[in-house]
Amino acid sequence: MPVPPSRHLLRAKDLADGRYADPLTVADLAAAARLSPAHFSREFRRAFGESPHQYLLTRRLERAASLLRSTDWSVARICVSVGLSSVGSFTVSFGRMFGMPPTAYRAAHPPAAEVARVPACVVRVYTRPQVRTFREDAARPFAVDWGEPTTRGTTRERRGAPA
Amino acid sequence: MISIATTQLWVHDQDEALKYWTEKVGFEVRSDVTVPEMGSFRWLAVGPPGQPDVAIALMAIPGPPMIDAATDDQLRDLVGKGLAGTVFLTTDDFWESYTAMKDRGVEFVGEPEQQMYGIDVGFRDPSGNNVRMANLNADFGR
Repeated sequence: MPVPPSRHLLRAKDLADGRYADPLTVADLAAAARLSPAHFSREFRRAFGESPHQYLLTRRLERAASLLRSTDWSVARICVSVGLSSVGSFTVSFGRMFGMPPTAYRAAHPPAAEVARVPACVVRVYTRPQVRTFREDAARPFAVDWGEPTTRGTTRERRGAPA
Repeated sequence: MISIATTQLWVHDQDEALKYWTEKVGFEVRSDVTVPEMGSFRWLAVGPPGQPDVAIALMAIPGPPMIDAATDDQLRDLVGKGLAGTVFLTTDDFWESYTAMKDRGVEFVGEPEQQMYGIDVGFRDPSGNNVRMANLNADFGR
């Protein structure tokens, strides 16, 4: 039996997930799925419920959020390391998706690794922010509420964040 | 004592899956039996050479009349989208396993990453099934 069209679209999704740190474009993702860019964007949205551009952006922001939780890197370094070049637009996008600026997010979210040993691939799926187009949209930063980490105080102290 | 003996992945093409899981991933064939009286159902199972008591059955998506056409389409689509399940592999020598699989043609999704539980990388089989391979830290609690 031939593979279904979604298998080719998955190659594009995997490219975004694996190479988000590179200067990827929607045209690169379309090439991975072996479709023309216009046709590809339509088919990707049909299969996965959002545009390839949105998927790539939310993947990058999810990775940035993970780095904010787990490293002490500067916001500029995190921005570049997830494939985004403008710190200004990164901060705006991040604030729109997560409802707070990167530095506030860092202070508010100790690493989940402190409370649960969840495989990295699971973290990637469950912490990818939902797309919010308008600033007025209610902030829904996570698909899943991690709950209150039991080691929060310890983690915050270790990172030197304000209590 | 209960043990896991065989688990199962849906595949779009058993010949392609067999070739991939043996020639690229490096698994061995545990069973490859076609049963004419069962509509030529093919029980195809593979497993890692170092673990003879655990296997993965590579099952063809059955299609009508075993499942209805609409469900068959849904299942094919879900497998193609990579949502039909994940196999988590461990290896005692990550870089040896990774390099050997890469040399044999496994296309990994992204680069290996150091996680708090060990080092970890992922790939997909031709049908879209998600596979992770990690070397877990000695103190990693299962």
